[in-house]
Amino acid sequence: MKSLYLTAAAAALLVTPAAAEMTDGKIKIGVLNDQSGVYSALGGTGSLEAAKMAAEEFGGKIGDAPIEVVGADHQNKADIGSNIARQWYDTEQVDTIFDLTTSSVALAVRAISDEKKKITMVTGGGTTELTGKACSPYGFHWAYDTHALAVSTGGALVKAGGDSWYFLTADYAFGYSLEENTTKTVEGAGGKVLGNVRFPIGATDYSAFLLQAQASGAKVVGLASAGMDTQNQIKQAAEFGITAGGQNLAGLLLMITDVHGLGLQAAQGLYLTESYYWDRNDASRAFAQKYKERTGAMPSMVQAATYSAARQYLKAIEAAGTDETEAVAAKLHEMPVQDAFAENGKVLANGRMVSDVYLFQVKKPEESKGEWDYYNLIATIPGEEAYMKAEDSGCALVK
Amino acid sequence: MARGSDTAPAEATPVREMGRGTRTLLLVLALAALIAAPFYVYPVFLMTLLCFGLFAAAFNLLLGYTGLLSFGHAAFFGGAAYFTAHAAKVWGWPPEFALLLGVIGAAGLGVVMGAIAIRRQGIYFAMITLALSQMFFFACLQMPFTHGEDGIQSVPRGRLFGLIDLNQTLNMYFFVLAVFLLGLLIIWRFVNSPFGMILKAIRENEQRAVSLGYAVPAFKLGAFVMSAALAGLAGGLKALVLQFATLTDVAWQMSGEVILMTLIGGIGTMLGPILGSSIVIALQQRLATSDFPVTIITGLVFMVCVLLFRRGLIGELAHSRIGRAMGLRPPG
Repeated sequence: MKSLYLTAAAAALLVTPAAAEMTDGKIKIGVLNDQSGVYSALGGTGSLEAAKMAAEEFGGKIGDAPIEVVGADHQNKADIGSNIARQWYDTEQVDTIFDLTTSSVALAVRAISDEKKKITMVTGGGTTELTGKACSPYGFHWAYDTHALAVSTGGALVKAGGDSWYFLTADYAFGYSLEENTTKTVEGAGGKVLGNVRFPIGATDYSAFLLQAQASGAKVVGLASAGMDTQNQIKQAAEFGITAGGQNLAGLLLMITDVHGLGLQAAQGLYLTESYYWDRNDASRAFAQKYKERTGAMPSMVQAATYSAARQYLKAIEAAGTDETEAVAAKLHEMPVQDAFAENGKVLANGRMVSDVYLFQVKKPEESKGEWDYYNLIATIPGEEAYMKAEDSGCALVK
Repeated sequence: MARGSDTAPAEATPVREMGRGTRTLLLVLALAALIAAPFYVYPVFLMTLLCFGLFAAAFNLLLGYTGLLSFGHAAFFGGAAYFTAHAAKVWGWPPEFALLLGVIGAAGLGVVMGAIAIRRQGIYFAMITLALSQMFFFACLQMPFTHGEDGIQSVPRGRLFGLIDLNQTLNMYFFVLAVFLLGLLIIWRFVNSPFGMILKAIRENEQRAVSLGYAVPAFKLGAFVMSAALAGLAGGLKALVLQFATLTDVAWQMSGEVILMTLIGGIGTMLGPILGSSIVIALQQRLATSDFPVTIITGLVFMVCVLLFRRGLIGELAHSRIGRAMGLRPPG
């Protein structure tokens, strides 16, 4: 770290400011996320690496200003996250913060960044609050949100024939909102919800709940939960033969890292929605291959989105000719997003980056051609249909 | 110089006199350091340390001086954070009243939890407190006013007594420092009162305290509620400092962390929990930017402390010759 500072300082002293006007002679991106806990696989040091890849594409500098990427582990605690954010902004000249898994931390850091007039680009957190009540002219939300995933999974599955649903819902606000959003789209698309059952988070035995879902005869069992809870349900559902019996599981918030952890044997047949899959087109494959060489794993949608957001941020600085917050934020709102993550992304007035999302079905073990070959694409949902309109988001910036 | 309690009185008195002088000097120095600290160290970090220091000290009041191991203190700490945050943000209360509400709320929870838990001893007591605090956790997870996993965010710090703007970092720091010192003073006064003596008697031998005619359950409940209220003071203060209240503070891991802090610093010492909490929090924050998983390092520190410093850092120091010369009193 020290030598990095020294290099940066020396570089700052040696060069005279040229075309680009940087506020402190360098561009510093902070990646703040969970690097040791439950979300470390989907974000973690992989996101840090992805941001570094974006910086390298610019040759490590814009004009004469070197680009530096630093990371920290917020351990899923808002206290730690906000303390790091403050210190980064106040004493370490960090210009922007990325990733921000865990919604409580994302919201806390968003509030501090607003106060300090800094740009945040959330790729790990999923709460729609970030582009709703907590929206900010300097706040951006990439990758996904809980509304888009629920709506896309619900709508696209009904079209694909899954017109009767039963929900296994985590018994708190997050679970209810997933269930409610999905229910609305399912019913809107002409499907039926046959019932639901609520379970306490952190439960370990789901047999009673799964049996109710099985007895309902619904074609789709929606899993309105996240993380360990959903993983355990999928494993136990496989044991109860729910998928084998003709019912389908639909994870409302699952990522490729979960599927990788579960293995195809347990996860086969599962439906889920993501905004990125490495094996989707040439650009996504090229990025994923480079990423895998560096980290040993394929990127999750959060990691790919961190790359995309970092690249877009740097492009905005290039276009604005400065790293001054107002100017960069204005460029970010204007410029279309075209990269390995999104083909036709655009940023709404509330800071939401809208790009297509995809409904996938997890392959059977015999269909998979190798490690990380997990998904069959079922449907592409245009970003405009998946994400909430800026007018409906409750963001005060949109009139 | 002889060790232990069998020292001849003639020899012991001058040593203790000298110790007292040094102790006053050290206290003055510590106070001066705390006043000067925000000009050298990052103030918000210092305030976090003070809040957790007070929390650990409040917990130690129960574990160290009454011998009750509560595994549910997160409920008071995090509960008060929610109450204070809600009062300050939604109802627009000034900070001093919001904080007071946090303390009262925590004390209320303490009365309920204490009244149930003190009927049992040892591991059963710990398990009952854990169970009740988990109930509280699930209530917080579901109640709309806590906003579930998003937490209560952007809590205004407001103006103290309508005059002092707490958004100024230094004003906030000195307010936190004042509350922290007040909390410690209360604990110190409490421990060194006849009430505190009876608590120590209960800790040493409950049966004897009963046979001497003390209403042991009432004393235990008193200590429990006192500890809960002070933990609430720390939690409410933290909500104002960091401007949010989240589920982290009511989760069982927080109850475990405060035990860790107290053990590392030294059970039954005044300064131990404060030092312990500073170490744990500093590790969590400083190591956040390292490549090594923080949780593993905290675990290693805990193991080293348990293996090498059974009495905790301050406890060992107080037992050593240096500690005596400094006027530290051994735990008890």
